[in-house]
Formats: sequence, structure tokens, C-alpha cells
Amino acid sequence: MKTRSPLAWGLLFGIIFGFLLQKGGVTKYDVIIGQLLLQDFTVLKIILTAVVSGMIGIHLMKSLGWIQLDPKSGSWGKNAIGGLIFGLGFALLGYCPGTIAGAIGNGYLDALVGGLAGILLGSGLLAVAYPRLQAGVMKRGHFGDLTLPRLFKVSDWAVIGPLSLVIVLALYLLERAGL
Amino acid sequence: MNWLREVSWSPYAVGIGIGMLSWFTWLISGKPIGCSTSFARTAGMIEKLFRGKKVENRPYYQEVKPTVDWQWMLVLGMVLGAFLSSVLSGDFRWHWVPRQWEAAFGPSALLRVGLALVGGTLLGFGSRWADGCTSGHGISGTMQLAVSSWISAICFFVGGILMAQLLFAIIA
Repeated sequence: MKTRSPLAWGLLFGIIFGFLLQKGGVTKYDVIIGQLLLQDFTVLKIILTAVVSGMIGIHLMKSLGWIQLDPKSGSWGKNAIGGLIFGLGFALLGYCPGTIAGAIGNGYLDALVGGLAGILLGSGLLAVAYPRLQAGVMKRGHFGDLTLPRLFKVSDWAVIGPLSLVIVLALYLLERAGL
Repeated sequence: MNWLREVSWSPYAVGIGIGMLSWFTWLISGKPIGCSTSFARTAGMIEKLFRGKKVENRPYYQEVKPTVDWQWMLVLGMVLGAFLSSVLSGDFRWHWVPRQWEAAFGPSALLRVGLALVGGTLLGFGSRWADGCTSGHGISGTMQLAVSSWISAICFFVGGILMAQLLFAIIA
């Protein structure tokens, strides 16, 4: 299955993903900035619902031996510092690398002319700086492809069960608070 | 098929749809949903246009080849999918300046595009530094229970909330 016309499948999955993001409203600047201003929780609702439903399905398929997961290797220097820089850009631009593709399809020209050019420039600059960063700050606090179950020394499902409950409870409380 | 023409769906329906989509990307393509690597590949392809094949010698492009792959097609598909969705519902419109930006910083398209360029640069730089974005870490990585992705996703929102406060509560 894995080698069968991967590019065509990628395109099809992308069309569905972009369609869903647009229906969710997250291809719009106002919805994303509303989340970062903690006024509109659409982004968080979509992400958390996707995480719970996706998590249960992919771990079930992993338990059945149908798929192999591939958690990314990381370090505090990579994920915390890179993540914070990402966050600053996220709020200034009002789109992320995925939703900007959707924003362009939705007609946002600030995304196409300013944002896309910026993301390409920033990605290119990181490629130039990479050897120095990789030898230095990105090594700090290295933990590799650690997962939460391995961190807590429990089975996958011992994390998935409680985590799903916490997320569903958090979503319930968000709704009850009228957010 | 009227539901396809609706302007918006419940965020929970959209979230479950994305969660189920990820089952199929793993099952059929053996890959998680992700986006930001494709921008790095594209940056490499553009640099190659100007500087030729020696760009491929950069250590970064040894790891992230400047070519079109599965994820690159996914991102292209996202543009098409969002276009299709917004045209079907009549929600497609050309905008230069989003409404909430205009309310805070005025109608200048030049200012908006200029700061979108700066924001995009930080976003691109940070996404490659952290090795993922809101999709790759925030959705696909957290559901794989990767520690790298949980740290990244939390930091995306911490940085984002700080910058949004700076822009809308302090500057504007």
C-alpha cells in the first residue's frame, strides 16, 4: 500500500484536509487571532477533537499491527525555543503553515503575498543557519523520540484513556463557560 | 448534499473529520498529516533556481530534499480543498486586510502585507527550528503522544498568546 501512487493520495488527502479546515473557519485570520486572544476557542476545539479521535484510531491500528507510528525526535533547545519563535510569528501573521494554504484558497491575499513569501524566506534562513544551530542550541536537553507512555513507564492505553477523558472534560467546560 | 454548501460546520465535526483523515493517511500512505516541511523543500527549490545544484550540498537539504513529495502534494491539495469549500458555500472572497486587523491597525494593505511577511519569516524559521508546525506537531505528533510534539504545541500557543496580547492589548 505504501508505495502506491503516493503523490495522488497526498493530493486527495490535502483536498479533504483543506475542505475541513475551511468549513471549520480556521482558514480565516479573525478566527485564529480570536483564539490567540482567548476570545474564540474554535481552533482549540478542532485540534483537541482531532487529537482524541485520531489518537484512539491510530493506536488501535498500531496495536493490531497495521501501522507503525513515527514520533519525532526532539530536544528542549529545538522544540521549546523553535516553538516560541513559531508562536510569535503565528500571532503576527495570523495563519500557520497549514491554515495559510487554506487561507490562500479562501482568497486571503495577505496570506499569499506576505505570509507565504515570509514562510519561504524563514525556512530558507533556517536552512542556512542549520549547521551552527544543530551543533549548538538544538542539542540542549535532547530526549530523542520519547513518548509520554515511555516517559511515565506505562502502556499506551494507560495514557490514551485518561488523556481522552481530560480533553473531553476540558471541551465540556469550555462549552459550559459559553466559549 | 446541502451540508457541503454550508458556510461552517461544528468544530467538533471538523475535528473528528481531521482525526479520521489521519487514520487513512497512516493506513494508506504510512504518513502523518504535516505541512511545514513542504515550505522548506520549496525554499530549497527556489534557491536552486538561482544558485544551481550546489544548494543540495547544504546539510539541511541533505536531510530535507528540495523535491515535491507526498506532503508537498497534501499542501497543494489544501489550497484546492479550501477553495472548493469556500466557493460551494459562497464564502470565497478576495481580501487584503482581515477585519480584525483593520479594526486595530487600519485599512493599509501595505502595512498588513509587510507585517505578514515578518510574521511569516518568524513562522517559517520557528517551524523548521522546532521541526514541525500546528499540524505536524500540534495534531499528528500530540496524537502519537510524542514528547517533542507536546512541548512544541504548548510553546506555539504560549508564544502566540504573548504576541497577540502585545499586538492587540499593548500596541493597538
